[in-house]
Amino acid sequence: MFESLQERLSGIFDKLTGRGALSEADVDAALREVRRALLEADVALDVVKGFTEKVRQKAVGAQIVKSVTPGQMVVKLVHDVLVETLGSDGVGLNLRASPPVPILMVGLQGSGKTTTTAKIAKRLQERDKRRVLMASLDTRRPAAQEQLAVLGRQAGVETLPIIAGHTPVEIAKRAMSEARKGGFDVVMLDTAGRLHIDEELLAEAASVRDIARPNETLLVADSLTGQDAVNLARNFDEKIGITGIVLTRIDGDGRGGAALSMRAVTGKPIKLLGTGEKLDGLEDFHPQRIAGRILGMGDVVSLVEKAAQTIDADKAKKIAERMKKGSFDLEDLAEQLRQLQKLGGMSGMMGLLPGMGKIKKQLDGVDLDNGVLKRQMAIISSMTPAEKRNPKVMNASRKKRVAAGSGTKVEEINRLLKMHLQMADMMKQMGRGKGMFGKMFGGKGVPDAAELEKMQAELAALDPNALPPELREMAAGGTLPEGAKPAPALPGLGSRLPSLGGLPGLGGQPFRGFPPAGKKR
Amino acid sequence: MSGFLKSLFRRNRDVEESPQAAAMPEAIAPEERRGWLGRLTQGLAKSSKSLTGSITTILTKRKLDQTTLGELEDALIAADLGLATTERIIKAISAGRYDREIAPEDVRKVLSEEIAKVLKPVEVPLDFRGQKPFVVLVVGVNGSGKTTTIGKLGAIAQREGLKVMFAACDTFRAAAIDQLQVWSERTGARLVSRPPGADSAGLAFDALTEARAEQADILFIDTAGRLQNKAGLMAELDKIVRVLKKVDANAPHAVLLVLDATTGQNAMAQAEAFAKTAGVTGIIMTKLDGTARGGILVAIAERFKIPVHAVGIGEQIEDLQPFDAEAFAEAIAGGGG
Ligand SMILES: Nc1nc2c(ncn2[C@@H]2O[C@H](COP(=O)(O)OP(=O)(O)OP(=O)(O)O)[C@@H](O)[C@H]2O)c(=O)[nH]1
Ligand SMILES: Nc1nc2c(ncn2[C@@H]2O[C@H](COP(=O)(O)OP(=O)(O)OP(=O)(O)O)[C@@H](O)[C@H]2O)c(=O)[nH]1
Ligand SMILES: [Mg+2]
Ligand SMILES: [Mg+2]
Repeated sequence: MFESLQERLSGIFDKLTGRGALSEADVDAALREVRRALLEADVALDVVKGFTEKVRQKAVGAQIVKSVTPGQMVVKLVHDVLVETLGSDGVGLNLRASPPVPILMVGLQGSGKTTTTAKIAKRLQERDKRRVLMASLDTRRPAAQEQLAVLGRQAGVETLPIIAGHTPVEIAKRAMSEARKGGFDVVMLDTAGRLHIDEELLAEAASVRDIARPNETLLVADSLTGQDAVNLARNFDEKIGITGIVLTRIDGDGRGGAALSMRAVTGKPIKLLGTGEKLDGLEDFHPQRIAGRILGMGDVVSLVEKAAQTIDADKAKKIAERMKKGSFDLEDLAEQLRQLQKLGGMSGMMGLLPGMGKIKKQLDGVDLDNGVLKRQMAIISSMTPAEKRNPKVMNASRKKRVAAGSGTKVEEINRLLKMHLQMADMMKQMGRGKGMFGKMFGGKGVPDAAELEKMQAELAALDPNALPPELREMAAGGTLPEGAKPAPALPGLGSRLPSLGGLPGLGGQPFRGFPPAGKKR
Repeated sequence: MSGFLKSLFRRNRDVEESPQAAAMPEAIAPEERRGWLGRLTQGLAKSSKSLTGSITTILTKRKLDQTTLGELEDALIAADLGLATTERIIKAISAGRYDREIAPEDVRKVLSEEIAKVLKPVEVPLDFRGQKPFVVLVVGVNGSGKTTTIGKLGAIAQREGLKVMFAACDTFRAAAIDQLQVWSERTGARLVSRPPGADSAGLAFDALTEARAEQADILFIDTAGRLQNKAGLMAELDKIVRVLKKVDANAPHAVLLVLDATTGQNAMAQAEAFAKTAGVTGIIMTKLDGTARGGILVAIAERFKIPVHAVGIGEQIEDLQPFDAEAFAEAIAGGGG
């Protein structure tokens, strides 16, 4: 549905032959597209206006760097201003106060307050070794207090015992005194959802604030929010006074323009991101990620980080060693598939890659995640150890047996075997891991911050030719390659497999990221 | 009140309709309509940069020129209609009127009429004729208001004298079952549930079997919130639908997508994905009591033509109103009085 800004701009600047500085007319034309891109990403109208003005000031007369197209130049400028507006990196929670340190959670109905309360508490307790007490001040929504109690049990975080009939203010008082008595470091106060125009409930929240005097008052807001983001953020800030923002449902495929809107109208930092329903779905905020997302450029840093976190480094290393020796067998393949599944499957990953929106859309119909991965793993697990080690022995009768055992068809087994062969082949050629992923994971496992930054730089230099042929075809023709429905498109993502143990076929040399799919128009 | 019930739940006249209900007019009573619009405009008035504000500035102009159109366009964008729909509507408005004098009231009228044109065809009451038990599957992303909406709908059905059952198929989210339990106590609907973590499709199967055995009139199935881009969770939803069909080939008879009015352009992708996986038959839009206008519904109506049954305007049991295309359009256009 969305064209990336880069694509749109290339359309405009294709006509532009002159090099040198960007003229006012060029900039105007480009800014019209920037405006559209931002609005489609749900950035609030007023914020868009201010934003494009900022970009204009920087862009007019700006020298176009050699080897960069005017389109790329503008995207870069827009990206920079976005990052700048979104604010500084990783502003952590401020816990500098004498314990117990209160944290107050506020927001609209259903935005994710209760879940986020438990996520933060869990993180503070496990990672930062603070003793946390959680209390639900939501006396209104059915089973809201019970919800926090259940989450507390799941997270191993204590919750204030529920006493029926207590008002939010009474609960806040009790939470603070219990925390003092119990020697807790942090008290998390979850509140009922309320509209930003509900004066009565805003006043209630304000009195809770006055009782607890929180160190942090976090506005929990849905990253899928539309134009209303400015109104809600402004009102919550005015009426209660927030110290930071948590954006939830970042695991969705929204463009996240609300982040820019809320940051711009409140000036308050976005501190954390909610990335799932489970209690470990909490991440620090990085402006580049959201900027890339708003511009439809993908979220590559996230991808790499996620890969680094999810992939079992030891297993990856082991597989990498086996690859080098050319002894990549079906057990290794199964391990890779498992790792891929942990990453959220193909569509999860593709959603994070720049310019992949369209291709992902085409693949959406093809149930890669559940269908193929699971079936392929089922096939492998129906084989005997000898068969896994040496797939060559798979004759017709063995295939029939495995098909029956795994509930699949012989053709699927054939496809899997072919895929394995191709991968084993690629690996033999691989040898030294070249390119970003190669460097990154080659023998070392997990990338550090400097490497991530370097990788981003590589990605910034988007090279259309880096798109693997299969994907280029898909992008151009709008059709899926043979066999992509549903089978072996999996390894097709690259021409080489660097020693990134868990990602079959992701990569290539040098991996520059996927540019916007094809040049349409 | 029955007028509203009736237009929300249009039922077979010949079959078991109370004489009292039959005597009720089709349309919503003007009072109630004012009530809803009143609340919507109240919200508008409270928000600092309201549409009303921007329209008022427009009203001081006299010609439908580029500037005026630009401001109308801004108003629609700010209501979340999205660019494509906004541009189409603006084009339609300017057609034949461009640069002509236009009375201020007419600008607003024309705008709201153009929006209503898109919405009118999807203004369809929820109809549960001819099936017993009538199975309503309620789906949507996390926190959109599914469980609350089931409570509200259940209350209406219960008041109509129907035998209502709830199935707590959100076995995932903490205390989701307890939440529906409270709603079942509030409404008198019978709750079918299993311990947390139970298989939701299995529970759906049992609930429908039980609803049949007990001759329930209507069964509401609550599901866990799921983001539409999560293939695994969407597959689980697909499974619930398939399992229901094993009991009754025509079930679910209605699949309601609950959309949050504060959601921006992503609601379009939600409608598309849930329609594809679960065969959505109707939409209910919640949280219209805030300042969000829910304009994405116009884009969804235009593109997918999915019926819209009702709107949520609060957290309480009575805070559900039948969808009214004109009122919705007027609220977007900044009118309402
Ligand atoms: N996918 C996803 N779901 C989330 C995230 N955060 C919360 N949720 C889900 O969103 C829904 C609402 O979350 P809650 O924590 O109950 O929201 P709340 O703001 O406390 O809601 P109220 O108390 O009713 O106002 C639940 O289904 C959560 O599981 C997130 O980051 N990603
Ligand atoms: N203001 C307002 N709040 C609403 C409306 N409908 C629901 N809510 C509130 O929104 C929050 C979420 O509602 P739920 O019914 O729990 O949403 P859900 O879709 O079942 O959430 P999950 O099961 O967690 O995905 C609750 O606090 C509700 O009280 C509405 O129309 N207006
Ligand atoms: Mg809550
Ligand atoms: Mg629910």
